[in-house]
Amino acid sequence: MKRRERRARENEAARQWNGGYRPYDLVREFAIATGVVLVLTVVLAIVFSSPDDPPSTIKQWSRSDPVDFVTTAVSELDGSSTTAGYGPPYNHNGEGQQIWFVHLQKWLGVSHPIDTAKDFVLAPLSAITGQPALPGAVSAYRSAGAKQQAAWTTAYGSALGKATVAAGDSISIPAGSYGPLATMMPSLLSFAQGGGLDGALLTSRQFYQTDYTKPLLFMADGGVLASRAKAQHLLGTQWGMMNETGSYPGQVWLWLYTFWYQIKPFSTSPNADILVLAVMGVLTLAFVLVPLLPGISDLPRRIPIYKLIWRDHYRSL
Amino acid sequence: MSSGAPPEGAAPKSWTVALRERAVAALPPEKLLADEQPSYVSSWIYVFGVLSLASLGVIIASGMILALKGPGWWHFTGVGHFFNSVHLWSVELFFFVMVIHLWGKYLMAAWRGGRVRTWVTGAVAFLVAIPCTLTGYVSQQNFDAQWISTQAKDSMNAAGVGSFFNLTNFGQMYSYHVLLLPLAVVGLVVAHVLLVRKHGVVPPFELPGPAPEPVASNRPAVDAEASS
Repeated sequence: MKRRERRARENEAARQWNGGYRPYDLVREFAIATGVVLVLTVVLAIVFSSPDDPPSTIKQWSRSDPVDFVTTAVSELDGSSTTAGYGPPYNHNGEGQQIWFVHLQKWLGVSHPIDTAKDFVLAPLSAITGQPALPGAVSAYRSAGAKQQAAWTTAYGSALGKATVAAGDSISIPAGSYGPLATMMPSLLSFAQGGGLDGALLTSRQFYQTDYTKPLLFMADGGVLASRAKAQHLLGTQWGMMNETGSYPGQVWLWLYTFWYQIKPFSTSPNADILVLAVMGVLTLAFVLVPLLPGISDLPRRIPIYKLIWRDHYRSL
Repeated sequence: MSSGAPPEGAAPKSWTVALRERAVAALPPEKLLADEQPSYVSSWIYVFGVLSLASLGVIIASGMILALKGPGWWHFTGVGHFFNSVHLWSVELFFFVMVIHLWGKYLMAAWRGGRVRTWVTGAVAFLVAIPCTLTGYVSQQNFDAQWISTQAKDSMNAAGVGSFFNLTNFGQMYSYHVLLLPLAVVGLVVAHVLLVRKHGVVPPFELPGPAPEPVASNRPAVDAEASS
């Protein structure tokens, strides 16, 4: 008998059961299952609890690692940070990821516009009061040409490599031609250390706030989140996508998704995310359509585990 | 006169009556809440379907308690943290038993006999549960939420989804997590269960060799409705 005919016959034979039935209490079974799950989850909750590591704040970061904070702020100002060159949906400074001729990231456009120099540095500095020299410094930076701005940020960025942390968590850098940055960056650091920048990056057009995109992207451009993540085995190279803080199972169901990031060409590709998504898209479609896939749908007949599952039935024949 | 018109003098059938008649014909009450099952349903593997439903029930119940008190409650109260832990472990249990349920159904080729839609709804429910969980992780307001949202955003952005599914927007993710995605999961699970009730549990494979004498049914013959 050909495979197609055999499949059709098996399919037809499985439409209806003409054999025996036995009593069954559906509601009782569900009630018992709910009781078992409830007891199990309560026991697991009591024994293992759940992770809740407090979030990082810009205030905390700028106090614990002021040099990293200022270095990140300078990269936001000169446009060299990850967010500054990200592309859609934040800005037009990058192409975004692509697969073959498909540029979904670019095609969907900029939906959350972020100008890192303006939003992360210049606008918060403009909101600071009580520092007479600051408005002039910000104004001088804004009105300078791009070449002059780059000269200041490059000089300041280089000097940060030799920066030392001084008293009061301020930083000290060698003397140089930093222009208005010599006034701006210490002011921004001081503002951040007082907690002002956490609030300033959340402020938008209305009183109530729920969108943390700006402060999260700013912190992600620095080392504060990554260093904590590394210590908790959460980096992408540590199968971090499926892990969570502490020794908890995390999202183990993402193991296959995370797996692709560990191997080439995905681990080295600048388009890794869209490539992995494409692979997972194909596999997901295959999973949903398993009943229609020749070979995959025939395997259960070839694997004798069904004989174990229905052993009572086969014994009774 | 068109063939669909009611007989002369008879009141036209209302939409409500038509829907009721169709629903009862597809799934009569004695089938929806059956008090007997085929004799071959005799294995521990069958328990994992109902355990998945029970876990989903505990997830929803614990989630409702957390939602009632607001997203910040569990961070600073012992009771709140306990319910968050119940929520977490019921999710872990849900995925654990659902994966076993899926493997069991695969090894039984449970889509046979017009049950393809049953497989598809179950598989899609599993898939939709994944972003449901992801939005839960990024709604936690702790370091996990910060790290996961800033990492996972790149995949969403690469797919062009970031414009309407912004993982770093707590308000949006919380809405997805407590309403939109649970609605989708519950809807799919309800459809899946109704299909299971309608078509029944897939019968065993016939063993190779001459067909054995069929076991006589101990109940009146049922209508053959299992078309998918």
